[in-house]
Amino acid sequence: MKRLSTFNITSLTLGFAFLYLPMLLLIIYSFNASRLVTVWAGFSTQWYGELLRDEAFLSAAWVTIKVAVMSSTVATILGTMAAYVLVNAGKFFGRTLFSGMIYAPLVMPEVITGLSLLLLFIGLGLDRGILTIVLAHTTFSMCFVSVVVSSRLVSFDRSLEEAALDLGCNRFEAFRLVTLPIIAPAVISGWLLAFTLSLDDLVIASFVSGPSSTTLPIKIWSSVRLGVTPEINALSTLMIAIVTIGVIAASLISKRSAVRAQQDAQTAERTA
Amino acid sequence: MSTPVFAPWNDPNETPLIRFKGVTKRFGDFTAIDDLTQDIYAKEFFALLGPSGCGKTTMMRMLAGFETVTKGRIELAGQDIAAVPPNQRAVNMMFQSYALFPHLSVYENIAFGLRRDKLPKDKIDARVAEMLKLTRLEKFARRKPHQISGGQRQRVALARSLAKGPKLLLLDEPLGALDKKLRQETQFELMDIQETTGTTFVIVTHDQEEAMTVASRVAVMDEGRIIQVATPDGIYETPNSVYVADFIGDVNIISGTAKANGKDQYFVDWGVNQAPILAHSERPFSEGQECHLAIRPEKISITKEKPEEAENAVQGKVLDIAYLGNLSTYHVELPGGQIIKAQTANTRRLSRRGITWEDPVWIRWNATAGVLLEH
Repeated sequence: MKRLSTFNITSLTLGFAFLYLPMLLLIIYSFNASRLVTVWAGFSTQWYGELLRDEAFLSAAWVTIKVAVMSSTVATILGTMAAYVLVNAGKFFGRTLFSGMIYAPLVMPEVITGLSLLLLFIGLGLDRGILTIVLAHTTFSMCFVSVVVSSRLVSFDRSLEEAALDLGCNRFEAFRLVTLPIIAPAVISGWLLAFTLSLDDLVIASFVSGPSSTTLPIKIWSSVRLGVTPEINALSTLMIAIVTIGVIAASLISKRSAVRAQQDAQTAERTA
Repeated sequence: MSTPVFAPWNDPNETPLIRFKGVTKRFGDFTAIDDLTQDIYAKEFFALLGPSGCGKTTMMRMLAGFETVTKGRIELAGQDIAAVPPNQRAVNMMFQSYALFPHLSVYENIAFGLRRDKLPKDKIDARVAEMLKLTRLEKFARRKPHQISGGQRQRVALARSLAKGPKLLLLDEPLGALDKKLRQETQFELMDIQETTGTTFVIVTHDQEEAMTVASRVAVMDEGRIIQVATPDGIYETPNSVYVADFIGDVNIISGTAKANGKDQYFVDWGVNQAPILAHSERPFSEGQECHLAIRPEKISITKEKPEEAENAVQGKVLDIAYLGNLSTYHVELPGGQIIKAQTANTRRLSRRGITWEDPVWIRWNATAGVLLEH
């Protein structure tokens, strides 16, 4: 292996320090025995215990998960439908406008999205609660799903669907039995993306949440304004752990399928 | 006793399975199929042959139901099929890319259409087993499409499209993705399977050799029209136009003016200082009419000495020799500058090939060797 030069080592260290030092500090201080965040007083896991006994945090976590699951599921269904139409419908009047409008929320400032949704909900007389957060999160995460799914659909061989029609499927069966299973990985990663977006959204949720529906990011934000406590550090560490496990699992799954595809290709060659 | 020749198109009592009646298909301003009328009979192996963009694939997709007809009608077994959606037509298609479902095993791919018909499971099992046996895929039933070779995939696609027992099977460039050797083997397999199942096959191809090998009749297409429909030897030996003669195989075209010489014989005046060519033609030509003589290279023989008593003999000079192993093709330049290809079979291994570059040679052919064409 090639040895790294001093310059490379320096830039690597600087870069990674810049990226991970804040998180590392947070993780270290979550195991601090002292209540003071900036003074190290020995190793302890007491804050994790206290976190699990804190009703307010637990209910906020529960609300967040419910919102994330519901909004990402609805967003996946709507986003996949939108992607399917935009990729497959060919040219129709206003196609460019439609595709532009689907992707516009990607660059829309969150404050504006949140404010306009708030005005809509007030206008409709909807009480702010879990439902309004779910609706809001669906609105902005749907376009992310649509981007992920349509990039897969572009390379999807249309003749597979025609073959399904030819063999006796109607349009819906062809989609359910052929298209959907094949594009499933893209749909799932679209769902995961929507799920994480909903999980860490603060700005939009703070506009549309009600008193009984505080999500975890809102809870953390409001607690920090009263001062950083070690419980917050513990909570953040847990969230980092969950995300890390998720990312590692996802990469392992994709690596395994790549290895399997290679083995398949070899079997096919040997038996040809 | 010999078996009767399969030629339902010559039998006025036969009713065609498929009838194209004045079919036109337009995509915007572009006319893909131009007022096309054609009958295809049951149990035929009908080939649509032409360069890309000639409308052959559009014709097939209209039969499958993936394209609508702009004008005219298509009948299948006497019924207009315009209103029938693809999933209710007794027509199946084998796609150029095979379009095998990657998430299903070979077995499930073949069973796919049968399951849509809600057949009982034992019937499905029996039918799939029959199809696997027909295409010699028994060993691979549990494999996924990406775990088998290209030739096996092609057979899975064929088995899947035949499983429902369609009246008509459409094959879109079925052998395009295979290498040459495998393609030739598979052509004979296709013919065997077509004969065993008695299904009507319509094949789309741009490979003239493939069309000639497998088909009972070949339709040569160009720019949305069928130029000629005939049996493979009919297409090759009696093309109806220079386009068809040139598209199928190698050909020499000599252009000139016709002059009658008794019954069905004409002199073709083709060069200023050249003796006219004697040609046989059942197609009548008027005096002085422009005509084109199409002669296949293998019907022209080449010698060093002047042949005696030849109906047509011209002297020229060898410009190029293409040695192909089984054949040698000589490019002979005639005094007028025209180049004529003459082909000889290398029937002996150690023959003395006396003819070489720049040699003065004589080429000769009979009056019946070529076809006299108007255009």
